[in-house]
Amino acid sequence: MPEILDRARAQVLATGAGLDEEGILEVLRLPDEHLPELLQLAHDVRMKWCGPEVEVEGIVSLKTGGCPEDCHFCSQSGLFASPVRSVWLDIPSLVEAARQTAATGATEFCIVAAVRGPDRRLMDQMREGVKAIREAVDIQVAASLGMLTQEQVDELVEMGVHRYNHNLETCRSYFPNVVTTHSWEERWGTLKMVRDSGMEVCCGGILGLGETIEQRAEFAAQLAELDPHEVPMNFLNPRPGTPLGDQPVVEGRDALRAIAAFRLAMPKTILRYAGGREITLGDLGTRDGLLGGINAVIVGNYLTTLGRPATEDLALLEDLKMPVKALSATL
Amino acid sequence: MYCDRCGSPAAEGEHGPCETARRLEPPRYCTHCRRRMKVQVVPTGWTAGCVEHGVLTSR
Repeated sequence: MPEILDRARAQVLATGAGLDEEGILEVLRLPDEHLPELLQLAHDVRMKWCGPEVEVEGIVSLKTGGCPEDCHFCSQSGLFASPVRSVWLDIPSLVEAARQTAATGATEFCIVAAVRGPDRRLMDQMREGVKAIREAVDIQVAASLGMLTQEQVDELVEMGVHRYNHNLETCRSYFPNVVTTHSWEERWGTLKMVRDSGMEVCCGGILGLGETIEQRAEFAAQLAELDPHEVPMNFLNPRPGTPLGDQPVVEGRDALRAIAAFRLAMPKTILRYAGGREITLGDLGTRDGLLGGINAVIVGNYLTTLGRPATEDLALLEDLKMPVKALSATL
Repeated sequence: MYCDRCGSPAAEGEHGPCETARRLEPPRYCTHCRRRMKVQVVPTGWTAGCVEHGVLTSR
């Protein structure tokens, strides 16, 4: 067995202390023949420090498209020739989406808006939407509305939003290659405010943006430093009309190596399958990831693209004897 | 008629990749008039509306 896996077993599995950047990089450089051992170790770490339960979440776009930012992977930027048009979801449809999400057994429902940060209109929509959902549906409400002011953080807490998603997307050194209209540090600032408010921090990113393996390790280490409650792992699904529209899809083996590496960097974090897994990993790879460190999934569709039907993921979890985390366990 | 993914004429060019991609994407262009549709994706489905030719749904 490679020395790094022995070291990870002694450190991460035994003590719950994640690998540092150097160790993560060694894991990402492991040859394919050691992938099964790596995934097994990541799975053991997940089972020991997180348990067998899987957290299930649905996401929905409250405000789609027309975003003023230039995140090069995103079809919702108004700066690119993307076919995605701007549209708002009405409150009854939002509540219905939450109801259908809860019916899958999901405990989390994340409301997302394609904005730099929320304006008064969006905050008012959120207030109305969160209230309506909390009155009608038994589910935890999370939000993802871009960069926040302290007043907006406080307002979301007061509304009852329990978790806030704000992805760093990629490591600090590569971020300027992906976004030029705001900085990595601005995102970090919002995350610190969210953390200090008592809301749970959800922060991850996208692999396959053109970053190097070293930068992938840098990203995992920076996330570990933030110590978020949840890390959503997306794999680039190249969108027509965006600057990254012709970027190659991440190889399945590299995606699995990254999942395991992120787990060994953050043994106690909720590590969630998010967008792009269908094209990067397919059905078999999805199973491998759940046996290689993943302990949460987004079920159903994403914001502008479609996912596997929730029933397929739930059947897979049953097959793997991984219970869906109950709402009572999240409160 | 137009391709509902790329918006170019359905009878011209190669739309195999569009067909494959559409398994994991909602339609974006009206097949009748090529207008970009207003598309709303929710966890269990989608709707796509053309101002001239009406609304499609995933169901």
